[in-house]
Amino acid sequence: MIEIVDISIGKVVPSLDDVLSEQGIRDLSLASERTRLLAEKSIADFEKFANPVGIIRKISNGDFKLVYHGEGKNESDTPLDLVYPKASALSLFAITLGDDISKRINAYFDKNEFAAGSMLDSAASAGAELSADYVESHFRKKLSKKGNYAKSTGVMRFSPGYCGWHVSGQRKLFEYLHPDKIGIELNDSYLMKPLKSVSGVMVAGAYQIFEFEDNFPFCAECSSHSCIERIKSLADK
Amino acid sequence: MDTLEKLKDNLQKGNSEQVSTLTKKAVEEKIEVRAILDDGLIAGMTVVGTKFKEHEIFLPDVLLAAKAMYAGMDILKPLMIKEGIPTVGRVVIGTVHGDLHDIGKNLVGIMLKGAGFEVIDLGRDVPAEKFIKAAVESNANIIGMSALLTTTMPVMKKVIELAKEKGVYDRVKIIVGGAPLSEEYARQIGAHAYCYDGVNAVDRVKEFVKKK
Ligand code: B1M
Repeated sequence: MIEIVDISIGKVVPSLDDVLSEQGIRDLSLASERTRLLAEKSIADFEKFANPVGIIRKISNGDFKLVYHGEGKNESDTPLDLVYPKASALSLFAITLGDDISKRINAYFDKNEFAAGSMLDSAASAGAELSADYVESHFRKKLSKKGNYAKSTGVMRFSPGYCGWHVSGQRKLFEYLHPDKIGIELNDSYLMKPLKSVSGVMVAGAYQIFEFEDNFPFCAECSSHSCIERIKSLADK
Repeated sequence: MDTLEKLKDNLQKGNSEQVSTLTKKAVEEKIEVRAILDDGLIAGMTVVGTKFKEHEIFLPDVLLAAKAMYAGMDILKPLMIKEGIPTVGRVVIGTVHGDLHDIGKNLVGIMLKGAGFEVIDLGRDVPAEKFIKAAVESNANIIGMSALLTTTMPVMKKVIELAKEKGVYDRVKIIVGGAPLSEEYARQIGAHAYCYDGVNAVDRVKEFVKKK
């Protein structure tokens, strides 16, 4: 069943740290007063212009196999190949912040307010990630309600365009999930509009199923290696 | 501190109003327009670029300085046209067809303008033919392309092939950038340079223009 997830804006407002870190300022104390004010303004703008909403759909392992195969362009070995067959539950998801925030960012650039535009872009990128986190916690709560979320269960998200899942996988994902119901369109290059949107699959299962190493050939090109952090945090939760 | 020094200083601090006032003052003092541009505005932005490269300042500081630069340029531009003063070079820039990401491209354009280049921004979702047409019509020195998805990167190759076909490739340098790109990919498709950010793009483009 397809479910539209209302995301309360208050739950996904990025912090000052989140915004500044997207701007490459990892230590808040290094930001000037002026920069802090810009970041605070971007957070206020975020609250005004972001319209976060999500969509999820439970999917069986068999159906996900088809979705994941996509247009046949994935890398031959991927973390998802190892993980999803052992999952206890899978759900496709997409979130968007809507188009108003992108329009606001563009308006800043058009008025030569480059720093404000760039800061709001950072706030929106951080807010999009937080919206995906929100949908993930919603999924977790749903699983616990049904008694399917034991203490040793974790959830990890994977997205087309990352970790060997070719971005063309968006097509099949869209066919199954219908993110158009929350206003997301996919173009011929597999780009989602509104820009500040995220899609993927949430995989639930025992911690052990997520224990993979970041040594796939494509990991060499990854700048974040955030999977390792994420795997570690599952065990910590 | 003389007017140009003050101009340079205020630009670095991102004080747009002061930069506007000081640019007007410099014009009233009959300082040559070229000198106001080179020794005031561009000199200020060069310091900003260097400080950014050396991690002394952050992106917001650079962008505030760029806004101040634009405020100064608003005053100088009509005078430059009137006096026939050429810009350092002309860059046609855009995000390739199929791609709608433009923040990165905007930042690069802003930095190039800050370095004194004339920037013709074609926007986003730009078809290959439009890059070539714009470069020919404006007699540009550089074509700059941005892409943020692996699926839109092949359009860059298409532009380069078209540039070769139309005889533009030998006189226009082609630079490319965007998160999924690499030096190696740029080389493979025949781009003249891969740039990892706006400051780097300015450095590369300056090299090309100097060599000409
Ligand atoms: C002409 O000369 C030049 C010279 C230099 C040039 C140039 C031109 N153009 C750019 N440059 C350079 O200078 C600029 C200034 O410094 C820079 O421009 P950028 O545009 O790169 O930089 C911006 C100012 C800031 N940077 C960014 O905004 C992008 C940063 C990263 C982390 C990123 C972010 C933040 C986001 N994303 Co996503 N995202 C990634 C990015 C990975 C990375 N490390 O860069 C990338 C771009 N994303 C990716 C993906 C896959 C996706 N993202 C998605 C979503 C998102 C967020 C919404 C969470 C968020 C915002 C997206 C946005 N741009 O608005 C999805 C797509 C969204 C859509 N609308 O379709 C999704 C498809 C994931 C999904 N399934 O949901 C990858 C694309 C690779 C691919 N396979 O095609 C990606 C490279 C990450 C990765 N896998 O490593 C330089 O690249």
